[in-house]
Amino acid sequence: VSSVNVDLQTDATLQVDISDALSERDKVKFTVHTKSTLPNFKQNEFSVVRQHEEFIWLHDSFVENEEYAGYIIPPAPPRPDFDASREKLQKLGEGEGSMTKEEFTKMKQELEAEYLAIFKKTVAMHEVFLCRVAAHPVLRKDLNFHVFLEYNQDLSVRGKNKREKMEDFFKNVVKSADGVLVAGVKDVDDFFEHEKTFLLEYHNRVKDASAKSDRMIRSHKSAADDINRIASTLYTLGTQDSTDVCKFFLKVSELFEKTRKIEARVAADEDLKLADLLKYYLRESQAAKDLLYRRGRALVDYENANKALDRARAKNKDVLQAETSQQVCCQKFEKISESAKQELIDFKTRRVAAFRKNLVELAELELKHAKGNLQLLQSCLGVLKGDT
Amino acid sequence: MDLSKKTFHWMMTQRICLQETACYTNAVTQEATEEVSLDSPEREPILSDGPSPAITPVTPTAMLTPRMGLGTAEMFERSLDEIEEDDSGDTFDMHIAVSDPEKVGDGMNAYMGYKVTTKTSMTIFSKNETTVRRRFSDFLGLHSKLASRYLHIGYIVPPAPEKSIVGMTKVKVGKEDLSSAEFVEKRRSALERYLMRTVKHPILLKDPDVMMFLESSELPRAVSTQALSGAGILRMVNKAADAVNKMTIKMNESDAWFEEKHQQFENLDLQLRKLHASVECLVCHRKELSVNTASFAKSAAMLGNSEDHTALSRALSQLAEVEEKIDQLHQDQAYADFYLFSELLGDYVRLITAVKGVFDHRMKTWSKWQDTQLLLQKKREAESKLQFANKPDKLQQAQDEIKEEIEELEGKVQQGEKDFELISKTIRKEVSRFEKERVKDFKVVIIKYLESLVQTQQQLIKYWEAFLPEAKAIA
Repeated sequence: VSSVNVDLQTDATLQVDISDALSERDKVKFTVHTKSTLPNFKQNEFSVVRQHEEFIWLHDSFVENEEYAGYIIPPAPPRPDFDASREKLQKLGEGEGSMTKEEFTKMKQELEAEYLAIFKKTVAMHEVFLCRVAAHPVLRKDLNFHVFLEYNQDLSVRGKNKREKMEDFFKNVVKSADGVLVAGVKDVDDFFEHEKTFLLEYHNRVKDASAKSDRMIRSHKSAADDINRIASTLYTLGTQDSTDVCKFFLKVSELFEKTRKIEARVAADEDLKLADLLKYYLRESQAAKDLLYRRGRALVDYENANKALDRARAKNKDVLQAETSQQVCCQKFEKISESAKQELIDFKTRRVAAFRKNLVELAELELKHAKGNLQLLQSCLGVLKGDT
Repeated sequence: MDLSKKTFHWMMTQRICLQETACYTNAVTQEATEEVSLDSPEREPILSDGPSPAITPVTPTAMLTPRMGLGTAEMFERSLDEIEEDDSGDTFDMHIAVSDPEKVGDGMNAYMGYKVTTKTSMTIFSKNETTVRRRFSDFLGLHSKLASRYLHIGYIVPPAPEKSIVGMTKVKVGKEDLSSAEFVEKRRSALERYLMRTVKHPILLKDPDVMMFLESSELPRAVSTQALSGAGILRMVNKAADAVNKMTIKMNESDAWFEEKHQQFENLDLQLRKLHASVECLVCHRKELSVNTASFAKSAAMLGNSEDHTALSRALSQLAEVEEKIDQLHQDQAYADFYLFSELLGDYVRLITAVKGVFDHRMKTWSKWQDTQLLLQKKREAESKLQFANKPDKLQQAQDEIKEEIEELEGKVQQGEKDFELISKTIRKEVSRFEKERVKDFKVVIIKYLESLVQTQQQLIKYWEAFLPEAKAIA
């Protein structure tokens, strides 16, 4: 799958990809393929079948693991969403009687292409998640990850039930209130202070840009659809007309059929290179914010432990306990700070590389399509002008 | 982004283009507004059968692309083509421009005045160039007169632009916003196309009301064109009555040509309406795309501002600039979609309604003829029955009476047949002329539209080519 929009180093010791995927009625089955020289695995190359819920289980296990508090947890892939596409295909099936055979075949092909595009995207997003984990020096050694890759039975992780979802909701509420509290504490460390300010603003702006790019691309698709309808009507006009303008209608109809395919491709490429890039960094920047929150939390705990130790020393009561507690907090805080710094630096490097790759590819594709369009238009104009 | 400024810029370009086109026929532009005598001996009778002036394509200046790049030279070349295109007789050399909309008065009695400039070298006009001021109801009045004079004898009279109560109210009330500016521009362009189509018709061109419209400084107010006037209501009633009558006339079509043409126009009508609807959708979506692209551009600029990697930040700002330029490109293309493509289709949908109207009039003429013939037959039967009436003294009087009536009816039947033949002949000529014009119009507009699309793609290539090195420079 080529639309990996993050720049990741490939490492021969552990390579993961999604080699196949199957879309069934209400679920998608991903074939996760692993190639590894690591001794932890029984074989050098193997595959298992996984569903979306199992990816989420893996992601959540990272988030809940205290050991990984100092890392940016790769964001979970979004749930495969074929609802809209399925609904359109169903409507098409119902309306089959009301349109001509050509119209029906044409629409069916388009909807199938749309379905395929969504399918490819969801595969890519699940793959990126796995690759990010495999590229991370610490996370790649995680036991759950290895089980995920190797265990060829169903992991029996069911989706969260209602109660668990409620618990999650409350956890998030507490977290965001806490987040405000923690973010308010000014950091002694310049690096982290800068990162905090930067990430808060950056995350909001990426969110806005992502939404706006989606809207822009949707309009583009609508315009391409209109050109499709215009092409059909021009064709009918051309076949009906007895004057020599019929040739014009037919030629232009043919032209518009081709240019609208290009316009649809432009919208699809913008979606892949721009919209998806922004969506991904929306999720990643949230993961980075979460890291800062955890560090902030650890800092608060450390400061509270300091205060408790002072109080204990003053009262000369439970001093040893307070000292141990303070040391634990200190170690935790320092450990997180150290890895967080590196994580945030890596995040920047990855971000810059990903944007560069995608913006370059976007510009190249836009150019390719514009040139294609231009050539079609000019050649048609040449024919038509020669006729008048 | 100040949208109102953008529209103004586009409209300014239109006016500049109009003025530049105006230059080619006369070196010195003189604006004369003198009264012209209607008794000029050069005016030929209306229904002359002389050679019709050649037909030239309708390319109103409003159809020029809104980009500043379109130079005078290109326009000059195109106008020469128009003159070269005549094949026999007089050159059709006439150009009408409708410009300078100006609001006159205030409140609900306010109206929009337009400048109508006619430039021509044809001898039937008293001056090479005339400028007058007209309001919308004047145009409607002109059309109303032409329609009542020529439609029922088979001439395809171009329909006037449509009224719009909502649009005009906004203008009257003084709403100086984007939509009322667009409305005025749409109307101005439509009025110009209407006049050009009217004068391209060889018969209508010579109509005294057309001459008066183009040349008189003052015109009597056409009150009967108001929608809610007595005349307006009468028009609506007549239209309804016509529709009912049409359903009850069953004509024995002896001429396959009419049957075929009628069907062709029905098909054409259906497809053009469909196409028009699709193009209107496209215009709408392109405008939406422009707005959304502008919005994204702003957002990308903000993102670039907050990005702390310098090179990436710069690249994102460049991306924002590219998208802003592209948004303008989409807007320009939407205008081309509309003024080139959509308005042409709208005009032709209305024109075909006029064509269908003319076919209906032929049916009515036939119907009238047949009715008169039936009446004559009845009278003849009555005449023969008279022989057996038993009042000999009254007999002679009755016979004389009925003979008179029969003679009158015979005359009417003859006239009816002549009328029917004449309208059939006229329609054949008109349809042939219409089709030639239609072919030319569509060919010209399609080419112009494709050229606008070419220009858009060329600009896109320029913008992305400039951006690519910026993206590659991210290090």
